[in-house]
Amino acid sequence: MSRRPYIREPSKTRWWLEQPRYVRYMMREISALFIGIYALILVVGLVQLSRGQAAYEKFLASAEGATGLVFAALAMFFAIYHTYSWFQVTPKAMPLTYDGKPVPGAIIIAAHWFGFVIVSAALWLLARS
Amino acid sequence: MGASKKPIIWGLFAAGGTVSAFLVPVLILITCFAAPLGLLPADALSYERLTELTQHSFNKLVIFGVLFLVMWHAAHRMCITAHDLGIRNDKLVMFVCYGLAAIGTLLLVLALLTL
Repeated sequence: MSRRPYIREPSKTRWWLEQPRYVRYMMREISALFIGIYALILVVGLVQLSRGQAAYEKFLASAEGATGLVFAALAMFFAIYHTYSWFQVTPKAMPLTYDGKPVPGAIIIAAHWFGFVIVSAALWLLARS
Repeated sequence: MGASKKPIIWGLFAAGGTVSAFLVPVLILITCFAAPLGLLPADALSYERLTELTQHSFNKLVIFGVLFLVMWHAAHRMCITAHDLGIRNDKLVMFVCYGLAAIGTLLLVLALLTL
């Protein structure tokens, strides 16, 4: 009679630390936490804007300081990671054919980054004007 | 057999992910970093400027569309990811994630209607 096989239970909370691609998966997913909190902060900003100048300026002041900057840096990192991971899967999410041949994935991804640069530059110029 | 609602939910999720991918980094740059680093004019986010911007119905609609999609995309993703992080109280997770998105949506509508 053979011994009972050893089965290691994977951790329910830390399984994703075991392989780099699981870590990348979790980074991609957790980006939603930072993006979601950022969106809620923007909503709070709009609420304060609707309550008048004093309330809005208090909101702006509360976002200053070290805590605000640390959150902003984290949010920026994860926002760009979301953009990167989202564009990486576009060739699979929406494969294109041109002239009967499949368009290479790298071109689809590059086109998205091109659009990203245009949209970002346009919004930046709008904010500057 | 009723039609599945999944295509609609997936469509909204995909739209939210795409809008987030294109807009959130530059929005963070403008709203969080431009002022402390002095990259934009001091009045870029001033009360006068933003209340002027939100006077137009079209701009209100764009702001609503962007924030609605981003919030629900993030809520849906966190809902699924909580399970992968070992949080198995699915009902509570759904309540918190979609509840926050719902409160955010309500506040957003109220703010835009007041402005």
